Amino acid sequence: MAPSKISLRGVTKAFGPKKVLRGIDLDVTPGESMVVIGGSGTGKSVLLKCILGLMQPDDGSIKVDGVETVDLGDHGRSQVLRKFGMLFQGGALFDSLRVWENVAFGPIQSDGMPTEQAREVAIAKLGNVGLGPEIGELFPSELSGGMQKRVALARAIAREPEIIFFDEPTTGLDPIMADVINDLIVKCVSDLGATAVSITHDMASARKIGHRIGMLYEGRLIWQGPVADIDRSGNAHVDQFIHGRAEGPIQMQVRKL
Amino acid sequence: MSVPLVTLLGRVTLAFLEAIGSVTAFALQAVRCALQPPWYRKQIVHQIMEIGYYSLPVVGLTAIFTGMVLALQSYTGFARFSAESAIPNVVVVSLTRELGPVLAALMVAGRVGAAMAAEIGTMRVTEQIDALTTLSTNPFKYLVVPRLIAAVITLPILVLLADIIGVLGGFLVGVYKLDFNDAAYLRNTLDFLQFQDVFSGLVKAAVFGFLIALMGCYHGYTSKGGAQGVGMATTSAVVSASMLILTFNYFLTEAFFAL
Repeated sequence: MAPSKISLRGVTKAFGPKKVLRGIDLDVTPGESMVVIGGSGTGKSVLLKCILGLMQPDDGSIKVDGVETVDLGDHGRSQVLRKFGMLFQGGALFDSLRVWENVAFGPIQSDGMPTEQAREVAIAKLGNVGLGPEIGELFPSELSGGMQKRVALARAIAREPEIIFFDEPTTGLDPIMADVINDLIVKCVSDLGATAVSITHDMASARKIGHRIGMLYEGRLIWQGPVADIDRSGNAHVDQFIHGRAEGPIQMQVRKL
Repeated sequence: MSVPLVTLLGRVTLAFLEAIGSVTAFALQAVRCALQPPWYRKQIVHQIMEIGYYSLPVVGLTAIFTGMVLALQSYTGFARFSAESAIPNVVVVSLTRELGPVLAALMVAGRVGAAMAAEIGTMRVTEQIDALTTLSTNPFKYLVVPRLIAAVITLPILVLLADIIGVLGGFLVGVYKLDFNDAAYLRNTLDFLQFQDVFSGLVKAAVFGFLIALMGCYHGYTSKGGAQGVGMATTSAVVSASMLILTFNYFLTEAFFAL
């Protein structure tokens, strides 16, 4: 078995009395696309942020290429983050910069690439996600939600990362645009040969972009396995979630009217 | 259930000390980042334009009317004991030592401090600051340091211009309304003015610039929630910067008196 690209052991995170992650063990092998599903507020985004170092886990180990990343200093963190690309849920495009400047931001600011060369890279990456060079001159606020997601994807792949994270890549998009984004994710990850970790509660997206799926519930990964096995997981929580049933072991915290 | 007064007092004191600690840690990290490369020169130049150039009309208008009012008010008081000739002296010393730096800083705090908090706060709640980190860019170096450097450089220049414009305002009222001789007014102004008057004002301006940028960046950077959080950050940035400007003004004045 290939050594893990990303390896988590016993990762915990709490915010005050609320325990969000309660001991996560997860291995993602090189070139694998792992999808973490789960309801809103189950800690999916916190999990990604802990791996990226945007949040400090309370306990546990997070290794990237076998290197422990918890408690890394600024320089070490910067070196590790060089391997990552991230597509944020809301795009997180810099609204004061033009689209091409957003895509070229990493190559220029972090890799020291000359501006003209970075501009060419940005236009090429925009082409990879189906956007023409004229889009590069616009500001993010002038784009539709789907186009913003594509630009964010172009930015995430601009530095040709070894690992790409996708945070709710299809949230807020219509089903057709969501499928376009799914196709682009599959293509980009495959072209780069990257390892991918996605979090979503969109099962169509999870089935399309993932090789393996894990379900997060009450701070624990309660099931993980190949995408093909999810329909026969034998786990009542997973069954309820993938079929979107209100009745089942997962009880939503809603008050009766 | 009512909370005992001592408990309430304890909570408020702890919250106050926690806030001071948090701001101090933020300031120290900003200074540490400011002393290490990389420096984003394009960002610094952009912030110098935002803080300095675009604040000039507001600061200029404030200064000219302050100088004009100062001349008029001084005349009202000094005429009672025939000391009208001291008006140019009072105008120039008041402006360079106190009113120039304090009023310019308060105006900039309202205009720029609020904008900084709103911009950085919006970047925080829309995950743009997290995006900077994932692009291997230190948000402190990219967002906070350029604003601090630009404010510390720009405020003294703004205050120097405010001093000149304010004295001009006093001169206009003195000459055209109070019938001073123009040459005598200028001679009185320049003869009385000392290097320390201007220098102390410029030192104050640099400190105020640091405080304005620090408060704008701190409240923006630590803002939480959505639009409401950004709104609160903006208000807090302006209020805390204004309070700190007035507080530090006293201590800086006392320090300069000791010289």
